[in-house]
This record gives sequence, structure tokens and C-alpha cells, in this order.
Amino acid sequence: MFSTQLAIQVVEKLVPAAGEGRGFSFPPINTILRWKDVVPGINKVVIIAILSALIGTVLFLVASMKDARKAPKGARNLAEIIVEFIEKNIIMETMGKSGMGWTPFLLTMFVFIYLCNLPGIIPFIQMPATARMGIPAFMALLVWVVFNATGIKHQGLFGYFKNVLFPPGVPKALYILVTPIELISTLVVRPFSLAVRLFANMLAGHLLLVIFALLSQSLIQAETMRVFLIPIGVLPFGLLIFLTAFEILVAFLQAYIFTVLTAVYIGGATHPEH
Amino acid sequence: MEALTRIAHVSARVAAELTPAELKANSAAQMAGLAYGLAAIGPGIGIGMIFGKAIEAMARQPESAGMVRTTMFLGVAFTEALALIGFVAFILLKFA
Repeated sequence: MFSTQLAIQVVEKLVPAAGEGRGFSFPPINTILRWKDVVPGINKVVIIAILSALIGTVLFLVASMKDARKAPKGARNLAEIIVEFIEKNIIMETMGKSGMGWTPFLLTMFVFIYLCNLPGIIPFIQMPATARMGIPAFMALLVWVVFNATGIKHQGLFGYFKNVLFPPGVPKALYILVTPIELISTLVVRPFSLAVRLFANMLAGHLLLVIFALLSQSLIQAETMRVFLIPIGVLPFGLLIFLTAFEILVAFLQAYIFTVLTAVYIGGATHPEH
Repeated sequence: MEALTRIAHVSARVAAELTPAELKANSAAQMAGLAYGLAAIGPGIGIGMIFGKAIEAMARQPESAGMVRTTMFLGVAFTEALALIGFVAFILLKFA
């Protein structure tokens, strides 16, 4: 008897009861993602992006001022770990030793994206700056310009587009099929998928956190049947904590993948396949 | 049984009181769910295969684990992009 009443209660809570004005309903997406301007042109997302750029810069400036001859500790230790990670796990695995000159660019990119992703799980901030399309789109455009310019610089304008559009080792007759695919995949799909991957991952994580936070709030603060609804509300709350931990992993992984793909694109433009 | 009829009544009452615009939004939301579900099938299988093969390769040759891991994440990134485009389609259908 209790269980059926419970089911009804839960359903009435979840199905937006028209005309009654209570129950669970998801807010329109603009209230989650669109922030009011603090100063004209500057809202929460912009502040987070500026802060993450500043934090990264300050961290590495402080680290560079420490004495390099002593054993590293504190800020310098952290900075050295990050630089080593970029050099060993990203550049050496994708570009080889000749790509070491790209360390500053990739390091900046990695640190900035990671610090932009991280506010998504920091309490009271809880908005990844990359969950709006602006920053990912601009970063992807930057990468697009950089890898095309590198290719043109290393292989010449003609050589680069010849290698991109007519990859060597393909039978002549297949070029009818291969050339349009390569054209679209290199010049259109690459920046698009870079931007959408970062943006959609962060937005999905943000929406998941919002959904579970709203669900646990509406169950824990239920007005009726509190004895039953509050214990149920513990379940989405537990999942919320788990997802927050998962989002730390996603924030790191997306920064890593963005940087690795940049390195792969630049490496491919520098050294064409023979 | 009684519970089921109550649930049916609740949803019937909800459906009866919706305006045409809300009904349209509802069906768009359902289609959005369907679109994302369909978009997630292929990448789900693909990512499973990528991770499985990468684990096999790492177990066979632990010394090449670093290279395998980087390549694995590349493959995951490319495969995952399809599911994410499905997610963007979901967002567009649901909210735009």
C-alpha cells in the first residue's frame, strides 16, 4: 500500500503537474548558461576565463623566479610536473624530439583549457568557461591557423596542399574519392570537431550536475511525504557527488585530448607522410 | 493496478491541459531523446572496442603502454565526437 502511494507521489513530483505550480521541472537552458553582465560585456564566463589565464600566468611566473639550482618545491615543482607531462606524454608521443619547440604553445593551451574546465566542479562557481561555445571555437580556430601555417611554412604552399589533398601511396583512380574527403576532413571537420568535442563534453557534464542537483533538491525539500521522499533524495545526491568526481577526470581528459590533437595536427603538418 | 490508473490519470490530465505549442515542445523533446540514444549506439560500441584492444595491446607489450595510451585517447576522441554531435543535436532539438 505504501509502495503504491509512494510511486504516485514520486510520479506526481516528477511529472510537471499542470496548473498546480509544483513538481519537478527543468529550468529553461538560458537560466543555466546565460549570465547577466556584471559590467557591460563582462559576465561570469568571461571573468572565469580571465581568471584562469591570470592564474596560469602567475603560477608559471612565480615558478620561473624560484632558484633553479635547488631541489624544486611548491609552485616550481608543480610547474615542472606540468611541463614534464607536456613534453613526455604529449610531444614525445606524437611529434617526437623535433617538436620540443612547441612546448610553450601546447603548455599554455593545456593549462588554460584545464583551468577553464575546472570551475565546473568548484562549489559556488560551478560553471565551466568552456561550456559556452566562444572559447572552444576560438581555440579551435587558433589551432586551425597554426597547423595550416606550419604546414605551409615547412612544405611550401603547393607542397602542403598536395600532401593534404593527394596523399601519397593512394592509387590514382581513388583520388576522385579521397581528395574531397581529405579536403573536408582536414579543413572543415578538424576545427569543428575540436571545438564541438570540448564544448559538448563540458556542457554535458554541466547539465548532468544541474539535473542531479535539482532532483536531489526537489526531493529533499519535498512538502509532502517527507518520510519517504527524503531517503529517496539521498540517491541522486550520492550520484551528484560521484559525478562531480567524474567531472574532475573529464576536465583533465578534455584538456589533454585537445592538446594531443593539436600536437598531432601540427606534427602531421610538419612531417608529411612519404 | 490502482497506482497505474492514477499515473495514467495524471499524465492524461497533463496532456489535456497542454497548449499546442507545449505539445510540440513535448514531441520535440521525445525526438531529442531518441536522436541522442541512436547517436550513442555506434560510438558506445566503438569506444568499447578501442579500450578493449588497447588493454590487450598493453597486456601483450607493457613497454609500449605509453604509445598505446596516447593513440587510444586519439581514437576515443575521434569516436566520441560522433556521440557529442548527437548530443548537440539533442540540445538543438530540446532547447532551440
